[in-house]
Amino acid sequence: MAKQLPRISVQHLSKEFKLPHERHSSLKSTILNFGQKKTYERFRALDDISFQVEEGEFFGIVGRNGSGKSTLLKLLANIYTPSGGKVNVNGRLTPFIELGVGFNPELTGRENIFLNGAILGLTQKEIESKYDEIVAFSELDRFMDQKLKNYSSGMQVRLAFSIAIQAHNDILLIDEVLAVGDANFQRKCYKVFKDIKKSGKTVVFVTHDMGAVQDFCDRALMIEDSKVIMIGKPREVALRYEMANLPGRSAGGNEPGSDRPENPAVKIDNVYVVGKNNKLQTVSQEDSFEISIDYTVNVPTEIQFNLFLTNQEGRYLCGINTTVALENFKPEKGSHTLTCHFDGGQLNKGEYTAAAAIYTYCKWPSNQKPELIDVFDVTYGENLPRIKVLDEPTYHSGMFNVKARWE
Amino acid sequence: MASNPSSAAVRRTLLRQLVITDFKLRYQGSFLGYFWSLFKPMMMFGVLFVVFTYIIPTGKDVPHFPVYLLLGIVIWTFFIEATTMGLGSIVGRGDLIKKVSISKISIVISSILSAGVNLALNSIIVVIFMLFNGAEVNWLLVPFVPLLLIELIVFAIGLALILSALYVRFRDFAPIWEIILQVLFYATPIIYPFTLAFNAHPTIAQILALSPLTQIIQDLRMILITPATLTTHQVLPVVWSYVIPSVIVLSLITFGYLYFKKRSKYFVEDL
Repeated sequence: MAKQLPRISVQHLSKEFKLPHERHSSLKSTILNFGQKKTYERFRALDDISFQVEEGEFFGIVGRNGSGKSTLLKLLANIYTPSGGKVNVNGRLTPFIELGVGFNPELTGRENIFLNGAILGLTQKEIESKYDEIVAFSELDRFMDQKLKNYSSGMQVRLAFSIAIQAHNDILLIDEVLAVGDANFQRKCYKVFKDIKKSGKTVVFVTHDMGAVQDFCDRALMIEDSKVIMIGKPREVALRYEMANLPGRSAGGNEPGSDRPENPAVKIDNVYVVGKNNKLQTVSQEDSFEISIDYTVNVPTEIQFNLFLTNQEGRYLCGINTTVALENFKPEKGSHTLTCHFDGGQLNKGEYTAAAAIYTYCKWPSNQKPELIDVFDVTYGENLPRIKVLDEPTYHSGMFNVKARWE
Repeated sequence: MASNPSSAAVRRTLLRQLVITDFKLRYQGSFLGYFWSLFKPMMMFGVLFVVFTYIIPTGKDVPHFPVYLLLGIVIWTFFIEATTMGLGSIVGRGDLIKKVSISKISIVISSILSAGVNLALNSIIVVIFMLFNGAEVNWLLVPFVPLLLIELIVFAIGLALILSALYVRFRDFAPIWEIILQVLFYATPIIYPFTLAFNAHPTIAQILALSPLTQIIQDLRMILITPATLTTHQVLPVVWSYVIPSVIVLSLITFGYLYFKKRSKYFVEDL
């Protein structure tokens, strides 16, 4: 069989909003202002976005609030019309942007299933044939003939989620809707997501939760300031996202893209594990290890370092900074090396990656926000130092080897 | 893909659910429910009947004047309901439009069909009156009744498409449309016999006859109530009388559709 078309293909997509300075929502003001040049600001919410989602892929979209990810989702869902570029969707798409759209409190649960199903793009026949499954999934059998206004908010969410999940089209667009419902229902939702993943449906999943991205996604896209920063493995995207969203970096006016700042005042030359092979160091659990940062000062500035560790899944474990250790640190012009010592016995078996960044010096919390000077992170992929922790005499599990004793 | 239902089937389901919901909700929580929707035109009918039969007896020359009057009022009630509900439909469903990709035309049409449901129910009353009042039905022409009703519905849809799209941008159109409706009420022979207008001022009557509303109401009366009804076709040269009202309806629906289609892309942003 010929290779299938991508489920979603986005080409040079951009979206611009016009924000009028004075909205002419009445005829009078339109007539009075006729002929005058309308003043409005253009706001570019998305700028030249291109990507593809293949059949059966679980595709993550991550980005901070205001980065443009919701706009992107609404364009994929055909709610917004693109200002430029194209969105091609091959198949039927169910949006989970907001659950229970069109729910009416005065209608019964049953009537709402039919209404909401129709709004989600199901036909009468489809709703009828899926009705029993929807009711079963929601566990609200007894309440179907009651008005929705008598449902608790948790019950409403359950009903809404059940309809959307049973609407099961070729492509699902999921916006973080999991943060609702009780723990039991959330577990069920996660199970459903795992099932969807197994069943080979195509899913686009928008989230802040880097854990979820790594649990579910095959690939992820990070969006920042209306642009695609990177598309790649969930673990790499998650790392990049965590780093971009450390306190301080988010405040900087010029958010770094995938490129390192050019000619920084202080430049990181290399980050490595001290030892024989300085890119991959194998240690046993109780061994301590050291990570060094080579850097060059071009313009002496007060700076602070941040050293990050991430685990195999790309989860951000810790950020060790020099804010207190090196107060008002202002190294002289020239090349230097800074070494950080990690005590043994803190990490469990596994592989860990280190990355580093330099910020302008300021103590947190203060009015000032540290600004990024240079960064040595996931962009350097294979070049990042890795620590492999070998044995696990304790048989403890988890992200850290938490020191504990049995008595 | 075989499992993909046609978008027409999806739209049909949406339309159906919106109309059902609307109908269920309209009299939700009221004791007499549907009775109220009958009560409104019936009350108007009662008042007008008393006025035009006893106080200003304009209807005394018209055979079966009560049914004649009632039919006009029922059609007019539909026209008001359909266009005002249509006008507010997109703004009223703003929450839906902002959250899911939905056929926007279906939303407008659903409000017209909701008004159509009321029209159908009110027609039952008209039929009952016809039986009691002994209307002179022209059975040969009865097959044209559905056509006239379709013309009426298409006319209302055309107007509603334009109005609903305009209303998204200019909220003035609610009061503007109210004023226009007021004018149309007197420009259409609903409460007065058209003959009266024609005898008083033939030119004005000829202009009024061009209105699709006049044409539809008079044709329906002629077929269902009494052959004595003065229709558009009697007032104007035959060719014109057939062409102009239908041209008005067809151009309204075409323009309405195109304008709506163009604007509907930006409803989400304008709302």
